[in-house]
Amino acid sequence: MHKIKTFLLKNGPLLATIAIFILVYAIGGQLYPAMKKPQVFLNLFINNASLLIISIGMTVVVIMGGIDLSVGAMIALSSVASAALLQNNLNPILVMVLMLLMGIGLGFVMGCIIHYLKVEAFVVTLMGQFFARGMAYVINESSVTIKNEFYNFLALTKIHLPYFEKAYVYIPTLAGIVLLIFTFILLTSTRFGRTVYAIGNNEQSALLMGLPVARTKLIVYSFSGFCSALAGIVFSVSLLSGYGGYAQSMEMDAIASVVIGGTALTGGTGTVLGTLFGVMINGIIVSILQFNGTLTSWWTRIGVGVLTLIFIGIQSLFYVGKKEK
Amino acid sequence: MKNKTSLFTKFRQSRLSWPLLALLLIFIFDGIYAPGFFKLGIVDGHLYGNLIDVINNGAPLVLVAIGMTMVIATGGVDLSVGAVIAISAAMGAVLINPAFGNELISNDILTQNVSRTPLGLIVLANLAAGTACGLWNGFLVSRAKIQPMVATLILMVAGRGIAQLITNGQIMTIYYTPYFFFGNGYILGIPVAVYIVLGVLALAWLLVRKTSIGLFVESVGINAESTYYSGISEKNVKLLAYTFCGFCSAIAGLILSSYVHSADANNIGLNYELDGILSVVIGGTLMAGGRFSLAASVIGALVIRTFTITMYTIGVPANALLAAKAVLVLVVILLYSDQARNIINNLFERKGRRKDA
Repeated sequence: MHKIKTFLLKNGPLLATIAIFILVYAIGGQLYPAMKKPQVFLNLFINNASLLIISIGMTVVVIMGGIDLSVGAMIALSSVASAALLQNNLNPILVMVLMLLMGIGLGFVMGCIIHYLKVEAFVVTLMGQFFARGMAYVINESSVTIKNEFYNFLALTKIHLPYFEKAYVYIPTLAGIVLLIFTFILLTSTRFGRTVYAIGNNEQSALLMGLPVARTKLIVYSFSGFCSALAGIVFSVSLLSGYGGYAQSMEMDAIASVVIGGTALTGGTGTVLGTLFGVMINGIIVSILQFNGTLTSWWTRIGVGVLTLIFIGIQSLFYVGKKEK
Repeated sequence: MKNKTSLFTKFRQSRLSWPLLALLLIFIFDGIYAPGFFKLGIVDGHLYGNLIDVINNGAPLVLVAIGMTMVIATGGVDLSVGAVIAISAAMGAVLINPAFGNELISNDILTQNVSRTPLGLIVLANLAAGTACGLWNGFLVSRAKIQPMVATLILMVAGRGIAQLITNGQIMTIYYTPYFFFGNGYILGIPVAVYIVLGVLALAWLLVRKTSIGLFVESVGINAESTYYSGISEKNVKLLAYTFCGFCSAIAGLILSSYVHSADANNIGLNYELDGILSVVIGGTLMAGGRFSLAASVIGALVIRTFTITMYTIGVPANALLAAKAVLVLVVILLYSDQARNIINNLFERKGRRKDA
């Protein structure tokens, strides 16, 4: 009995997220029977692939007590840059590698400024956001189409799931799931993961314990840069184009997803699994609105706002109550 | 020689000097690369020119910066100012042409130069909507104890949705001429917006420097807990700061919607939260809270505005401007960082002392 209680207290926010997801999905299924089809569920992954990827990177950053506002703009930058490079007939694999390196590089630079110059992460990544979006428009002011066989292949190949008829996902969708599993293992069962949590709880004590704070911080921001570049590739593959105006204010969706997923913005607590459900809740609201057809998109924003509020309430119930003396 | 050093020290320690220096640098740049920049003319009895543009177009940003300074001084941040601007603008537009519910509004009603509501009431409703938003933020931060960034993020995400709800999802064009007075009007050849800004600035200055509220705000920003134990209601100080910020954003929304003759819930006041925060940062107020200077933030906002207009003048496309702004912020960050301060201190003052980087 006691064990169950500790389990509930420990995983409360995560369980609440999952419960709300199931609840919202059930309501949707009741209202629109078509939503019970497995493909609708898989569409959540397909449509939110890039949001999931940046949210995973964001989760790690937030657990460490930081924040990364540059992710949305990085998606735009890497989509435009890859489209422009592909127009010049570069090898698509090489383009992808270049994009990922660019993401890691920009994340690394931001991490350096945050750590060594002791500037607020919020201000630095805001600058990164401006820079990335501006550079995206410098590369090309209008939308660039991608006409590349390899990209077409990635975008249009359906992978059918076993046991479900007519249920499929696309290849880029898998990137998010692989990254999710990787990050889950990274955070839960490696020394690096423990260091991230330690820094998020108290950077000073982490430093005094002899943990590699500087290295970890740089790696985490580079990782977030990597994630956003990867999300940019996924984004450009699914739309087969690149444009500087893509993924406008997506960083806010990512932060909302992370918060809804039960990660505290104060750092130190949270799981990447919760983030998955945060993203899915975001997606299910959009799906319900689409099935309804008469409600307009602004309800998504209000819905996400209200849910964020509810989850912050739940969090303060679980975490803040515990932290206060 | 000694006198010169002390003058320099005085300059270095003044809070206004850095932002003023930045403004001066941009002006020097303009003087060299954009010769027509300082030209002032009089058209139809109005002053006219790039400099007037800076203060006229910059008025909403200055207002946001004033509100933001108060919030940041308490150790918080308000991300919702852009959304509040949209809500305030939507409120004004909808009261001129009511568009509640799902009823379709015929074009001939919309394009008439009449208002369904008296102008005074519209202004009051605008301000009330924004102030209510600020109150909500303040309530979440001070009473519900939510981190400022998250608390205001909620309104930032939901606010534009609410604004669209108010305007029924339409981009509402305003045809009611008296409403344009706030954004396009002139008194004695000077834009009305400037008078509004001066009025709000005077109000804020009286509030923080002639009463003890300013002191309370700074003390909350430095240490909220010890402020509480010294018998000051830190909750109410925070509540006041966020409410004031909402009020300022509401006026900004009024001026902006009146300036562009419309209320577009998705785009009006876009990125104002970022520009507002940058203004305060350039003004030298620490993001961690504590000492603040309204005048420095105002100059910070003008620096951003001047920089923007300068970039337009020398032909940088609007979209690429963001990258240029990023470089500006990077320079400011580097200048304001502890390392840079240490280097300057070591260079000019503490020559005899051991260097501690």
